[in-house]
Amino acid sequence: MTTMIQVENATKAFTLSYQRSLKQTVLAKARGRKTHDTFNAVDDVTFSVHEGEAVGLMGLNGSGKSTLLKLISGVMRPDSGSVLTRGRIAGLIATGTGFDNNLSGRENLYLNAAILGMSRAETDRKFDEIVDFADLGKFLDTDVAYYSSGMKARLGFSVAVNVDADIFIADEALAVGDRPFKRKCKKRMDQIVASGVTMFYVSHAPGSVRNLCNRVLVMENGRLGFDGDVEEGIHYLHYDDNGDDSGDDDELGTDI
Amino acid sequence: MSERLVSSTPAEPARRTLSELESLPLAPPAATGLREVVRRRYLLGMLVRNTIQSRYQGTVLGWLWSYLQPAIRFCMFYFLFQVMIGRGEGTIENFAIHLFAGMVMVHFFTETFNGGTQSLVQNRSLITKLPVPREMFPVARMLVAAWHTIPMIIILLVPCIALGWRPDLVGMAAALLGFSLAAALGLALGLVFSVGNVFMRDVSKIAQTLTQFVTFSVPMMYPFTLVDTRFGGDVANYYLANPMAEAVLLIQRGFWIGTTADPEATAAVHMPDHLFTRGLIMLAVSLVLLVLAQRVFARLEAKVPERL
Repeated sequence: MTTMIQVENATKAFTLSYQRSLKQTVLAKARGRKTHDTFNAVDDVTFSVHEGEAVGLMGLNGSGKSTLLKLISGVMRPDSGSVLTRGRIAGLIATGTGFDNNLSGRENLYLNAAILGMSRAETDRKFDEIVDFADLGKFLDTDVAYYSSGMKARLGFSVAVNVDADIFIADEALAVGDRPFKRKCKKRMDQIVASGVTMFYVSHAPGSVRNLCNRVLVMENGRLGFDGDVEEGIHYLHYDDNGDDSGDDDELGTDI
Repeated sequence: MSERLVSSTPAEPARRTLSELESLPLAPPAATGLREVVRRRYLLGMLVRNTIQSRYQGTVLGWLWSYLQPAIRFCMFYFLFQVMIGRGEGTIENFAIHLFAGMVMVHFFTETFNGGTQSLVQNRSLITKLPVPREMFPVARMLVAAWHTIPMIIILLVPCIALGWRPDLVGMAAALLGFSLAAALGLALGLVFSVGNVFMRDVSKIAQTLTQFVTFSVPMMYPFTLVDTRFGGDVANYYLANPMAEAVLLIQRGFWIGTTADPEATAAVHMPDHLFTRGLIMLAVSLVLLVLAQRVFARLEAKVPERL
C-alpha cells in the first residue's frame, strides 16, 4: 500500500492576543495580566492514509479539524512534527474558497486552477467541464464580488473536483449549496472515491460519512481521539444517539 | 503544491497509475521559497496580470492612464521648474529631465516596496485558503511596478530624443544597473515588510514614511554636486551610502547626461567618481539583503495564514 498522507506528531499552536495597541499591552503588563496566550489547535497528531482510502474527519466545532486540513493541504505548516503528502492535492477548505473579489468568475477559475498546479493547457482542456458543472450561466464573466455565497461555492467546488488530483480534500464548503447541486456533488464525490483517489472528508453528518468513507478519524481538543472503523467512530462521537429531534439529522447542514 | 512537475508539463495524464504514484516523493504539501516562485511562472504571470488589470478596473481610458499621468507630471515639472522658476539655469541643464529621470527610478522602487508591503494582507483571501508560495505576492508586486515603469520611460524618451539624446552602451548599462539594484533592494524590503505587516499593521505606515524619506534623500530635486559643495566630501560619501542615491544617479547617467550640450563635461561635474563601481557594490549589497530578507521571510511566513 502506498502511503499518501503521513502525519507524524504534528502540532500547530495558535497565539491569542488579548490586546491590540501598545497602550493596551503596556497597561496589561503593568497590571500583571496576560497579554497573550497560546493553545494547540492540533496537538501531537499522528496517522497515515494509504492510497485509495476514504477518510472521514469528524469532531465537534473547534476540535481542530479545519486546522488539520490546512496542514494537509499545505496552507499551514506544523510548528513541530511533520506532514508529508504524495502527488497533487485538490479540494475545498472551509466555507468560501480562495477567490479574488476583483476578478471575474472566469479569471478566478484560471487563478484557482493555477494555484492547484494546473497549466494553462490543462485548464483550457477542462474549462467546459468546469463551467458546465458550476452552471453559472451568464454570471461567469461577472466579478466574483457580486456572486452569492452559493455561486462562489459552486465555482470553487467545480474547479476542485475537475482537477486530476491524487488526494481530494473536502471540507464543509457545501453547506450553502442548494439541493440539486449537493446531489450533483455527492455523485461526483462518489465517482472520485470509486476511481481510487484518496479522499479526506470533513463532515458533521454521519449519513454522508457512512456513504462515502471507509475509515473515520475523530478530533478532540486538537488531539486524535479515535482512528478506525466508520460505525465505531460515529458511536465514539455519540452521533448515533437518536434523540427525539434528530430524525433527519443525517441529511442536514453540511451534508453533501 | 507538492508535485514538482505539474505546472511545467503542459500535458497531464488524467489519472496516475499506482506505479507512477509510487515514484512520486512523500513531500511537504506546499513548497516555498523564491526558487518555487520562479518555477511556477505561469501562476506568477497570472497574479501580475490580475494586479495590473485591477488597477484600471472600471476606467474608460484603461491603460492610457499609465501614459497620461506621467506625461502630465513631466509637463508640470517642465513648466514649473524650467519655465517659471528657472531652476537649474546655468547650473543644471534640462532640470525637468534630471528630476523626471530620478522620479522614474524612485517610483519603481517605492511601488515595489510599498506594494510588496501590502501584498500579503491584500491577498488574504487566497493565502488563507489555498497553498500558494507566499513569496509570490511581493515578487508579483515588483513585476507590476516594473510594468508600470515602461510607460514612464517612454514618456521620458520623448523629450530626451527631442534634445538630441541618443542611446549609448554605457548609458544603457548604467540605467540597467540602477534598475537592478532598485529591484533587489525594493524586493528585499518588500519581503520583510510584507510579513511584518501581517503581524503589525503599523509596518505599512513605517514603509510609507520611509518612502517619503527616499524621495528627498536622492539627487533628483537637487543635483548631487549640491551635497558635495554644501556639506563637503565626507557627508557626500555618507550620502552615497544610500543605494537609491546610486540608482538615481545611474538612471540620470543613462538619460539626462546625454541630453546636455556637453555630456562629458556634465558627467564630470555632476556624477560622483567611480559611479559604476559604486553601483555594482550597491547591487551586491542589495542582493545580500535580498538573501537575508528571504531568510527572515521564510522564518516568519509559517505564521502568516493564521495571523491574516
